[in-house]
Amino acid sequence: MKARRWFPQPLLSLSLLVVWMLLANDFSLGQCLLGALLGWVIPLVTEVFWINPPRVDKPFKLCLFFLRVLGDIVVANLEVARLILNPKAEMRPAFVEIPIELEDELALTMLASIISLTPGTVTADMSDDRKTLLVHALDVADEARLIRDIKTRYEAPLLEVFACSTT
Amino acid sequence: MNSWIEALVALFLLAGSLFALIGAIGLYRLPDFFMRLHAPTKSTTLGVGGMVIASLIYFSSRGDGLSLHELLITLFLFITAPVSAHMLAKAALQQKVRLSDKTHGRPWEQ
Repeated sequence: MKARRWFPQPLLSLSLLVVWMLLANDFSLGQCLLGALLGWVIPLVTEVFWINPPRVDKPFKLCLFFLRVLGDIVVANLEVARLILNPKAEMRPAFVEIPIELEDELALTMLASIISLTPGTVTADMSDDRKTLLVHALDVADEARLIRDIKTRYEAPLLEVFACSTT
Repeated sequence: MNSWIEALVALFLLAGSLFALIGAIGLYRLPDFFMRLHAPTKSTTLGVGGMVIASLIYFSSRGDGLSLHELLITLFLFITAPVSAHMLAKAALQQKVRLSDKTHGRPWEQ
């Protein structure tokens, strides 16, 4: 398709434009045009460097997903703050192995980062075959539930957004 | 400037500093390395987030137009913070640091 050749990564172009506008901190037409030019040229020039360009199928869904993650981060922050400040709080730290189905590199990075960003869980390691994540959690009542939560809340939407990216 | 805008800015600044403080207390109180690792991820998310929102409101309300470039701080922090946490955790796994006795499950060997 012709559009693919001129805009190899539409989402990258768009995010470059947004980052440029924010860096300039000036929402005039001139900056907008310059940002659009950069967003068009940079993906074209760097196209040869991408080994597996990520393919985002549902950008809108990705935005909704990010909003939900932000909400989760706030809730989890309050939860961990309660644990730290309460001197009698009984913490049940645990290492949990989470089997994952994602294969796309960007999606995997995003899942691992999201797990680290939500307070209470940190991604410690990934198995060599990329099938399992080792997660350390601050307070686990039920390991099966933690695994199910991560799989349904974070992995399933990512699988959907990056649906066709596995080659 | 409107006094209620000032109050809003102060509120977000206080909330941000409070979460940074809680992160620091956590760093002091938690018993083992992996649990302490959770504290910095807190202060970089809500702590910095609160201060960024306060700065955003303050500079946008001064009449020089919208000021949104603080959002980039959050964006770049969200990209870099998990990477550093992951590197710390990986180094700790390599060193086999002491774990709290209450920890369920053991990290794998590979």
